[in-house]
Amino acid sequence: MTGWHSAGGGPVIPDFGQPSACLKQNGWFCTDWMSKHWGDVLQPALVQHIQLTVIAVGIGFGIAFLLALVGFRWRFLDAPLGGFTDLLYTIPSLALFQLLVPLTGLTVTTVEIALTSYTLFILYRNIVAGLRAVPAEVLESARGMGLTRRQTFFRVELPLAVPAILAGLRIATVATISIATVAAFLIQDGLGHPIFDAIETPDLFKTELLASGGLAILLALTADGLLAYAQRALTPWSRLR
Amino acid sequence: MPTEAAELVFDEATKVYPGRGGAAVDHLSLTVPAGEICVLVGPSGGGKTTALKLVNRLIPLTGGDIRIDGTSILEHDLTELRRSIGYVIQQVGLFPHMTVEGNIGTVPRLLGRPRSWIKTRSAELLELVGLDPSYAKRFPAQLSGGERQRVGLARALAANPPLMLMDEPFGAIDPIVRARLQDEFLRFQSELRKTVVFVTHDIDEAITVGDRIAILREGGRLAQYDTPQRILEHPVDDFVAEFVGRDRALKALALRTLGDLELSPATDDGLPRLPADASLRDALALLVAEHRDALLVVDADGSPLGVAKREDLLQ
Repeated sequence: MTGWHSAGGGPVIPDFGQPSACLKQNGWFCTDWMSKHWGDVLQPALVQHIQLTVIAVGIGFGIAFLLALVGFRWRFLDAPLGGFTDLLYTIPSLALFQLLVPLTGLTVTTVEIALTSYTLFILYRNIVAGLRAVPAEVLESARGMGLTRRQTFFRVELPLAVPAILAGLRIATVATISIATVAAFLIQDGLGHPIFDAIETPDLFKTELLASGGLAILLALTADGLLAYAQRALTPWSRLR
Repeated sequence: MPTEAAELVFDEATKVYPGRGGAAVDHLSLTVPAGEICVLVGPSGGGKTTALKLVNRLIPLTGGDIRIDGTSILEHDLTELRRSIGYVIQQVGLFPHMTVEGNIGTVPRLLGRPRSWIKTRSAELLELVGLDPSYAKRFPAQLSGGERQRVGLARALAANPPLMLMDEPFGAIDPIVRARLQDEFLRFQSELRKTVVFVTHDIDEAITVGDRIAILREGGRLAQYDTPQRILEHPVDDFVAEFVGRDRALKALALRTLGDLELSPATDDGLPRLPADASLRDALALLVAEHRDALLVVDADGSPLGVAKREDLLQ
């Protein structure tokens, strides 16, 4: 484990300058510290956290979508592919980081590989389930009207799977935001870094813990809300059922 | 393919599923003249839905042939064949993510029709099937069962196909709405004059909608193919007689009207009155209810046309 104390701006009590009474008492909500370190601690960590999440979910979605196409088209491959993503999901995150370090080192790549592999299980299952959930009579009428296999996929099966796919993206995104805090064990990116920093401070630096932890929670809620909104806006028909 | 109604010929059409004893459809031969409704009816296991799906090749033929206006279905490109045949199923199968207009426009879009054409066509079809134009922007989930089936009909008619295949289209709809849909279907069929193959398990529906009825028995063999009247009056065997029911004589009366009878001269002495377009069945019911032996047939204005006696009805 490398030290998070070396992080730029990571404060150690007592703070330099003139610490407020709140900081001296190690209060939970010292606004002076928050405003002073927004620029050098909190905001960079938040941006890094968003980057970690977006890259992991984006790549994870790409891979899961391709795997889901294969598992949907060739049914006999569904169980092995699902089993593979399931297996990845069951490895504890710290253990997966440890397994990857010899290969890719203490790098963002290592973290992204781990985060991405966790999204696969949720995304794969949701995409395949969404594609499979199209009612038989809808497929029969599509066939009877002369839609080709390809047209049936792009005009019927895929649009009807969108609610399930977006539901999967919501879960995967929120889960990734949460797991990404653990990345601070390896790298100094993301909101996990100030969280661990606060925990490792003698006496527990309460304001930093609350601020960075609170930001992680806010980020998760915001992402969830945005995706929920996208779901409603993109598939107005799905709420009618 | 012509856009007017097409003649449909089943020529020894046969379907055998491997591993299953006996055929599902067994050497079925019948001709549906252009513009007529042929109802396939029979007990379950009679192969009526299989026979229907042979036509648009949702189920491939094992033997024999099916021809549309003289051309074998096997010679048509599969996709083009299906786009040129209207297809209506019991569960409708509307696309839940598309509006009513989007659903109706499915085949025209595939055929490359412009958006404005589809909009106009969809409004026309909604009117034809008895729905307000405002339905165009609704989603299937916002419709009742009867409304969905109307949209299903409009969707099948969208590309003006010469042939319609209807698989128990009103089977999942409650009896009152079903009767109304049957009437409206017959009303616009009398204008459009499509060739229609209509599957049902309900002999009364077959009698109501069919120009001709094909009765299929177990194993997909054709028992009788004839007009409703002839099937009711002259069933070829016990199977058909039993299938059409003990009340077949009454059902046959329902197919004829007082106007079809030769009436005796009118002598208005307080006889019960019925219009000339009333069915013989209704007339008989009236005589039984009123304990009378004759009734006065009147025209639309109520002026007497003549007298129908009980024995005239039962001729």
